[in-house]
Amino acid sequence: MIEKTDVAIIGAGPVGLFAVFELGLLNIKCHLIDNLDKVGGQCAELYPEKPIYDIPSRPIVTGQELTDELIKQINPFKPQFHLNQQVDKITKTETGWIVETNIGTKVEAKCIVVAAGAGSFVPRKPPIENIENFENKNVFYAVRDKSMFSGKNLLIAGGGDSALDWTNELSKDSNVSLIHRRKDFRAAPDSVSKMQELETKGKIKFLKGQIKTISNTEDSKIILQYENDEEKSQIEVDYLLPFFGLKMELGPIADWGLNLHENLIKVDTEKFETSTPSIFAIGDINWYPGKLKLILSGFHESALMAQEVFKYCFPDKKNIFRYTTSSKELQKKLGV
Amino acid sequence: MPKLIIKDRSGKKSEIEFNSNFTLMEILRDNDYGIEASCGGCCACATCHVYVDEKWTNKLKNMDDDEESMLDQAFDIKNNSRLSCQIDLSEELDGLEIEIAPE
Repeated sequence: MIEKTDVAIIGAGPVGLFAVFELGLLNIKCHLIDNLDKVGGQCAELYPEKPIYDIPSRPIVTGQELTDELIKQINPFKPQFHLNQQVDKITKTETGWIVETNIGTKVEAKCIVVAAGAGSFVPRKPPIENIENFENKNVFYAVRDKSMFSGKNLLIAGGGDSALDWTNELSKDSNVSLIHRRKDFRAAPDSVSKMQELETKGKIKFLKGQIKTISNTEDSKIILQYENDEEKSQIEVDYLLPFFGLKMELGPIADWGLNLHENLIKVDTEKFETSTPSIFAIGDINWYPGKLKLILSGFHESALMAQEVFKYCFPDKKNIFRYTTSSKELQKKLGV
Repeated sequence: MPKLIIKDRSGKKSEIEFNSNFTLMEILRDNDYGIEASCGGCCACATCHVYVDEKWTNKLKNMDDDEESMLDQAFDIKNNSRLSCQIDLSEELDGLEIEIAPE
């Protein structure tokens, strides 16, 4: 099934969210697609609790508060969210674009607005030589089907919530070892104490160190060599599950034929349109002379982008400028 | 002006001058040393990882829990690993030697 809308916004960070507002005032409907399981982008994923001091009129606001208030602000425009998926492919149609995600969601829109920040969040992979040869065979960066690990020997690497939660969970049916560079963990205290209890009972094994090499055995298991300040050692397991958080990369956007400037999308500073007509780029992902990667720059870019998108969506209509403070019709749209 | 001595990822050493009141990350990023610093310097990623020359490790302010935790997401960690966004530069650090950690 193809869902139809006016604009497909790629990225549901602060700038993608505010674009819904600026477009909404002009009667333009939006769908947003984001790789994360939540809206807010970096603000919600990387620094939800950290203060931001340079949002106009907000002397201090945290990443999560900013996200929550933006959602409140755009709610009257009923944006549709498609989370947990990445746009893989875009196809030109006679009237616009079809945007397709890695899990098969299809959105047809007149314009695309790329508001993807620093790109998609993807698992951070440990720099172990040849590890890519073992990915999806012996090495998994996420657990999709935990039954495949039942009765197997696992090595889980990392010290955060994912590493600890999966250590605790998978130890019920598997033989789990946990490797981390130190005996302190940044995971939630509850998970840490549960893990320590399992270790005391001999249900799991803790190894201190960093993994250095990976190699396979004849019966398709893997051997991991690891070391710490005192010793070098190795362990043989069926599976390695590294959990080192997320990093950002441009991903499939790089293949869409847009003119780039050092991995950023080049736009003009009047319409924030890319080298491909009807594809726009706003926020941290775009580049123009003088660009500053600030949330407030992205808000400004949203407003100007919306003026041009209006022309694609309503080619026969004239866009007459109005203020929310004085326009009864805009206030009606906002439900105030 | 005070100076930093920096070994880049290719092993080449260079000297750059710095203004106090900036963090080491900000100076490295401004001088294109390939520091990603994706969170912008709020100690929420681990993409500004450097090694501090042993002569200098004691002269820096100690790591706080936040930085130590964030280093868990970096790789090739050594005893002299630090996140450069957490190092405030000052006149006393004139001559500080650091090496940019692998990506």
